[in-house]
Amino acid sequence: MADEVKVLSAQLAQDPASLLFLRLGELLRQRGQLDAAHRVALNGLERHPHLADAHDLYARVLADKRDYERAFDEWDMALRIAPAHLGALKGLAFLYFKVGDVAQAVAHLEAAQRAAPDDPGIIQAVAMVRGGRVSAAASGLGIERVPEPAARGADQLSEEHVFAGLEGAQEGLLLLDASGRVLGGALRDPGGHDVSEPVAAYLAGVSQEAARTAKLLGLGTWTGLSAEGRQGHVHLAQPTAEALLLVVRDRSVPMGRLAIIAHRAAQAARRWLERQG
Amino acid sequence: MTGGGVARALDLVTRVRGVRGAMLVSAADGIVVADQLMEGIKGAAVAALAASLASRLGRAMTAAGVGESVFWHLQGSAGALLVVPAASAILVVAVAEPEVNVGLVRLELLRAAEAVG
Repeated sequence: MADEVKVLSAQLAQDPASLLFLRLGELLRQRGQLDAAHRVALNGLERHPHLADAHDLYARVLADKRDYERAFDEWDMALRIAPAHLGALKGLAFLYFKVGDVAQAVAHLEAAQRAAPDDPGIIQAVAMVRGGRVSAAASGLGIERVPEPAARGADQLSEEHVFAGLEGAQEGLLLLDASGRVLGGALRDPGGHDVSEPVAAYLAGVSQEAARTAKLLGLGTWTGLSAEGRQGHVHLAQPTAEALLLVVRDRSVPMGRLAIIAHRAAQAARRWLERQG
Repeated sequence: MTGGGVARALDLVTRVRGVRGAMLVSAADGIVVADQLMEGIKGAAVAALAASLASRLGRAMTAAGVGESVFWHLQGSAGALLVVPAASAILVVAVAEPEVNVGLVRLELLRAAEAVG
């Protein structure tokens, strides 16, 4: 296999515009050489931005690196280019399942099944997803390399968490009730200290003030509060009338992207709150 | 800062399409320092609410470790409040339509805050 990597690398060097990067990137990904796979996928994507397979490859690498938000974006882009793209349908199914949206996961798998009715991996994945076995489903789909046993245990545990599968689930996403009590997620300051509880306590006051401000100024219902800090950005939203969601990221994440992350986290929070009954 | 300087700073903000008014507010007590508002906007209320929200938000942001606020934006279904704290404990505030170009207002608020000092 190492020889195949060398051969493909040499061929790609001779013809950088070829599609060999797809095979090379996937090979490196399967070998766990994720940084190399990332470079190959990204270079290929820059040359072929309208190729769905290029977005699919890049998404697979990102998913292996557990950067699920960007993986979602890439698979989403692949589907916009090629609406029946098998890899993208499987990938999105996997991500939906990871955040607990079984209905969307199954819908994407069924679309994949329509595109490839005889694919045994998909048939198996549908059964696994319905049975709640994410690791087995991911393995059957060929989305994620099978994790180590210890990691697999942690993965199953994380499914119980409100933001399971979302980037920053235990350091930059916080769900709280209207009284400022933490419901899920966690927040760590740049020093790594858990600041969930004090921040939740302050945020209850922010939310009440935001609601009052919006009402008195005729701004309608407040839908979000985003703020740019000197060391990071925050976005506050209300997934339900009784809950608040805070997303915190460093300054490298643009405010617009933060709003998208918040939107996805709010969807996960709503589903989680519904499951809590 | 001169009266003319304040007026020019607010002009920068109110020239953006969709902005219904701009004002300078004392962050400490929520009192209006200067304003250019369309009719119907209650300046004193905007000032008091913006200062109160800025203070509460500042405490939450400090606790979260993201530092002092540089810009914040309250989005409502029927409008928006956008604020940039200036160095001199003054808040530069804009009240806008919901579909306003937030990026542009932010730039003008930052420019106005710099002018205010």
